[in-house]
Amino acid sequence: MPKVSLWDLPDLPQNQLPPHLQLQKTRVVCNNDAPTNVRSTENITYSGAYAAIGVDNSLRLDEFRKNFKVKVIKLSEEDMEFDLIGIDASIANAFRRILISEVPTMAIEKVLVANSSTVVQDEVLAHRLGLIPIKVDPRLFDYMSENDVPNEKNTIVFKLDFKCERKSGERRTVYSHDLKWLPFGSEYVLSTENSSDPTSKPKTYTSFTSSQDSLPEFSNNPITVTPGIIISKLAPGQEIELEAHAVKGLGKTHAKWSPVATAWYRMLPEVVLLQDIEDEDAQKLVNKCPVNVFDIEDVGKGVKRATVARPRACTLCRECIREPGWEEKVALRRVKDHFIFTIESTGALPPEVLFSEAVKILEDKCESVITELS
Amino acid sequence: MEHGSYQDQSASTFSLADEDHTLANSLRFALNQDPRVAVCGYSIPHPSEALVNIRVQTTGDPAKEVLKDSCQDLMMICQHVRSTFDQAVADFKNIRGSESQ
Repeated sequence: MPKVSLWDLPDLPQNQLPPHLQLQKTRVVCNNDAPTNVRSTENITYSGAYAAIGVDNSLRLDEFRKNFKVKVIKLSEEDMEFDLIGIDASIANAFRRILISEVPTMAIEKVLVANSSTVVQDEVLAHRLGLIPIKVDPRLFDYMSENDVPNEKNTIVFKLDFKCERKSGERRTVYSHDLKWLPFGSEYVLSTENSSDPTSKPKTYTSFTSSQDSLPEFSNNPITVTPGIIISKLAPGQEIELEAHAVKGLGKTHAKWSPVATAWYRMLPEVVLLQDIEDEDAQKLVNKCPVNVFDIEDVGKGVKRATVARPRACTLCRECIREPGWEEKVALRRVKDHFIFTIESTGALPPEVLFSEAVKILEDKCESVITELS
Repeated sequence: MEHGSYQDQSASTFSLADEDHTLANSLRFALNQDPRVAVCGYSIPHPSEALVNIRVQTTGDPAKEVLKDSCQDLMMICQHVRSTFDQAVADFKNIRGSESQ
């Protein structure tokens, strides 16, 4: 920076940082070797950080409410992509972590195997059954603890009854859609039953007092699992006869209870051309980028200039700054408070509901801390 | 659980059980935004044990109150996020519905 007398320095607008500090505060600069300015913990997040210059660094609630935006880019039954603008990384990460591990779902936990003559071991079969997503809203069910009796409020029972006929001579595949929902509960009778009252119904492994069918949510909408998943393959003469009980749980305990296939976010890329790039260089730049971030525009007089057309598509492969000399021409940055979230749901709940639930869970955590402190 | 001194209420460490980075990092961010806070940070003594120690040192106010206020702030942030998100999803669905007609 050229030497300027103190009196000739331009006046900064009130409550705004000089541009180089603003860059340091809000952007992650991605150089050829490594990103810089990443960790916002480097002494610039606390509210008094810029007190000496007279700039208020705090993100108080009103400011947050004014600046926070959400933009939905893509929304389908299975996945969604949306932007969260104006929020800090720690909260965005908290949402991501909660989505993966703390939003409850239903998954098969206990498998009662009556007969299995397959080559697949029982425990392997049980493990595979546990990973099958169950398409039901987990908010309709309660958790089941060890001392609880399995009843219609905390268990879903499925039956798998599959036999490969000996005379057919060819192998058959057992798919997940062969699992049948039993709304009346378990059909296997408990063996330790001294029936003193022969007219009463025999006790089974679950105690459903009423059929799950009678609940309004399920009456026309039977509980299904994701179809098309191969559970096992049977050769002629082999059969499987089992019952699977599903309970509510969290992804923290076991990944089968995770409601998302995955959920991730990335910061919005910002690509800035520091110098005018023309003609040959411009064409080289456009060819270098594998995702076509750059475009050529005709400035007139036959001069071609490169522009940044699709910065959002940038995957930060750094091809454009890999060769020496290019780092002064192209600046790759990321905006620290603009997150592009992608959520892929497994089918239990639609992705927008999942995100809403995750935010609710963070609120509940704060509330429990407050009650613990009072 | 608060570990502090009865004489000086402005600095203490809070041990939260069954918590991890999810809540602790967000709380640390919320605490940093409060101008009454001089120092704040969190640590996890051992990854196998779900315990978080949050240290708060303030410029005079009792640390417990400041932590409670930051929790409230975080809750307000969450509520605002949720309402903005629901609104954005509803708008998107409306636009998509009117486009397909």
